[in-house]
Amino acid sequence: MRDVAIIGIGQIPVGEHWDSSLRQLAAEAAQAALRDAGLKAVDALYVGNAFGAAFSEQTHLGALVADYAGLNGVEAFSVEAADASGGAALRTGYLAVASGAVDTALVLGVEKATDTVGDARTRARNVSLDADLEAMHGATQTALAALLMRRYMHEYGLELSAFEGFSINAHANGARNPNAMFRNMLKPGGFARAPMIADPVNLFDSAPDADGAAAVILTSAERAADLVPQPVRITGSAVATDTLALHDRPDLLYLGAANRSAYKAYAQADIQPNDVSLFELHDEYTVLAALSLEAAGFAERGQGWKLAQDGALGLNGSLPVSTFGGLKARGNPVGATGVYQAVEACLQLRGQAEDNQVPNARIALIQNLGGLGATAVTHLFQV
Amino acid sequence: MNEPRKQVEVQREQYTFAGTGEVYSYTTLQQAPEGFEDQAPYVLALVKLDEGPMVTAQLTDLDGPVAIGDRVEMVTRKLTTEGSRGVIVYGYKFRPILPRS
Repeated sequence: MRDVAIIGIGQIPVGEHWDSSLRQLAAEAAQAALRDAGLKAVDALYVGNAFGAAFSEQTHLGALVADYAGLNGVEAFSVEAADASGGAALRTGYLAVASGAVDTALVLGVEKATDTVGDARTRARNVSLDADLEAMHGATQTALAALLMRRYMHEYGLELSAFEGFSINAHANGARNPNAMFRNMLKPGGFARAPMIADPVNLFDSAPDADGAAAVILTSAERAADLVPQPVRITGSAVATDTLALHDRPDLLYLGAANRSAYKAYAQADIQPNDVSLFELHDEYTVLAALSLEAAGFAERGQGWKLAQDGALGLNGSLPVSTFGGLKARGNPVGATGVYQAVEACLQLRGQAEDNQVPNARIALIQNLGGLGATAVTHLFQV
Repeated sequence: MNEPRKQVEVQREQYTFAGTGEVYSYTTLQQAPEGFEDQAPYVLALVKLDEGPMVTAQLTDLDGPVAIGDRVEMVTRKLTTEGSRGVIVYGYKFRPILPRS
């Protein structure tokens, strides 16, 4: 296996792109990444997408995107792991380049959530749950997150306000990010009064599904040094899985897959959690942010929520998270989210994060979850 | 070369649960998926069966608020209807165990 580096990044603003199609969003992000790397062609294209079939009635995205992005003829296919599809596509690109089979790979995440709206979108998204044992009973991903959150609050004796800090931090960072869907700040105290979606998960707790596309270009670390001034090395890459149905886990309040994939990545990079400069975590719901911090070794069990209380997670804190707004404020373009996380981590490590810059960013941890942690994809980036 | 892995024999046996358990967690859905929108708001729960395993199911026949730890029992109910002809899908839900009179 050879070392792999990122030599190009591209993203489009996350939001509701009523006037663009899935293929247009994808092509725009791919072209941006190619321009950034100074390349016209790559050897392979891996597309992360979760709900192309369910939202857009469109699969076979490898061939479609390759054509529209000007890469016609290239090796291309899509990778699906629900909300972790983008992270899984990055893992696929990493393996292809690390193995030596491919010299340059474009990893692209894309989702067109607004191709479906309302109750139909809620149903479409349900294809990633356990169809027989969860979705058939009227569950949704948000409802399952609510079941997890209520039990977490029960076990640790918490009020809703304990989770407010995650959303306030995400929105504070999203407000500075021109590519974020939500650029408003959240006022302290407003969180606990927001309308409920599935109690205790409310509107200010849950990330909005959105349209978006982001791309990164990978090549061998050796080649990267000759191509761009600031290659970002991928020093850890790992995927782990847990039971698909939440109810089948022996311990619901611990994200086992998130834990295992994080520690595999730490071991590969030969670092400890406290070496990490920033953590792009999967804050689709605040309880997932708390549990991700616990699983990745930044808090003891039942203590993850405490990190959101005292500014530790801010851009100048001891562990900045969601530095461009996270899923909560940047938005959750489902199958593209993992690639947005990668683009944002690269901006931080290159020192190009502008108003969102984390001082002295050296090591970025990114973790993309599928479902409520049934798939966990973890990467470590370094400069 | 590694030795080929031995096939693990999985022994399955039919097991009938008593159908009773307690509420491990619950939520009231305000935003329901297509096929369930007429039922909203409804209560979904994780029910820990007395034998150990957990299931996801709706709570039904509720007269008052639900709490973690409430005792519940399984009942058969309509879950949803499918297709333009409205084929009924039956399944399990759980209701509070009423005190014996």
